[in-house]
Amino acid sequence: MSFNIVGTGSAYPECSKSNEELSQLVDTSDEWISTRTGIKSRHISTSESMTDFVSEAGRLALENASVSPGDLDLIICATIRGDYITPSLACMVQKELGAHCPAFDLNAACTGFIYALDVALGYFARKKAKKILVVAAEAMSKLVDWKDRSTCVLFGDGAGAVVLEEGDGLLSIKISASGSKDFLKIDSSAGNSPFSEDSPINPFLEMNGKEVYKFAVASMCGDLEEVIGEAGLTQQDIDFVLPHQANSRIIETAKGKLKIPAEKYRTNIARFGNTSSASIPILLDELNRAGELKNGDKLALSAFGGGLTTGACVIQWKK
Amino acid sequence: MTFDKVAKILADYRDMEVDQIEMNSKFDDLGLDSLDMVDLVMLLETEFDIEIEIDEKLETVADLVELIDSIKE
Repeated sequence: MSFNIVGTGSAYPECSKSNEELSQLVDTSDEWISTRTGIKSRHISTSESMTDFVSEAGRLALENASVSPGDLDLIICATIRGDYITPSLACMVQKELGAHCPAFDLNAACTGFIYALDVALGYFARKKAKKILVVAAEAMSKLVDWKDRSTCVLFGDGAGAVVLEEGDGLLSIKISASGSKDFLKIDSSAGNSPFSEDSPINPFLEMNGKEVYKFAVASMCGDLEEVIGEAGLTQQDIDFVLPHQANSRIIETAKGKLKIPAEKYRTNIARFGNTSSASIPILLDELNRAGELKNGDKLALSAFGGGLTTGACVIQWKK
Repeated sequence: MTFDKVAKILADYRDMEVDQIEMNSKFDDLGLDSLDMVDLVMLLETEFDIEIEIDEKLETVADLVELIDSIKE
């Protein structure tokens, strides 16, 4: 017993900023960003809260699945940081949707969506849930330093959602962690304790892009080989690869090392940038709504990010 | 010899003739950007079975050969 994905949704802030527009804020260019990342534009929060767009993604997924909020047994939200330290973003989604089930957030950075699927699998396995809403939402624009040209151009805001029901669509899944703050970290807020002896913090995302790039390529290749094998499939059997949309160059390099045919890979990074945990469910929703996914298709998902965490799974589409 | 292996891998990566690569060739002039350098370093890590920390100061093939030799020792 695992689950099927029976509905998808996505939503994001209306404002989209092009590379050209960002090059007026920091010393960069469309050419530099495009050739090194594949990103052309990204959505950025202005007046909307995360609660606004993640709830909309959840609502669209429920509608797509023909499931009413009252039928949900659990809401899991993958996010680095919601609108509040507490309440969790998942609780805000529960309120906005009018659901009554338990709800909690989970932080595995860019891998959060795969981690959340693995947690959901556990609820189905011990028969604690029949319908689960998994959402992933990030407002990376609030976590990057807009004076740092090497990072602020890479990320975007958005949310994706899936409704899961009992089934046998998940064929294999793995998650991993290798604790380290050396290559990728965002400091927590400092507070104002008069007794604190902490050194001053830098409250923005810091990344060693080259080391993260190496880690990303290696983990994407290793994880996909592993979950495809565990699903009893060969790389030629995969119909769609949905990689975490961090950088198109990472995907191209991994593509060259794997045996999955090149035309199976899907990307939308050009329009979204890196939306962290939301990137895979937004991409999945676009494929679903474009009518690209047929029953029986085998989807391979792979993500990597802060932690350092990684995750991958193979899902047979049975909507 | 380290240079021969580096030159062969670099030539394969850039799709060019191996005799176009010299010790004093600059990566910039060979058309490698910062992420190409990471790709190249990953290929070399596998070839030499070592771990290479990428350094901003890697400008020429000679710099890279020297770094690999120092790690191998």
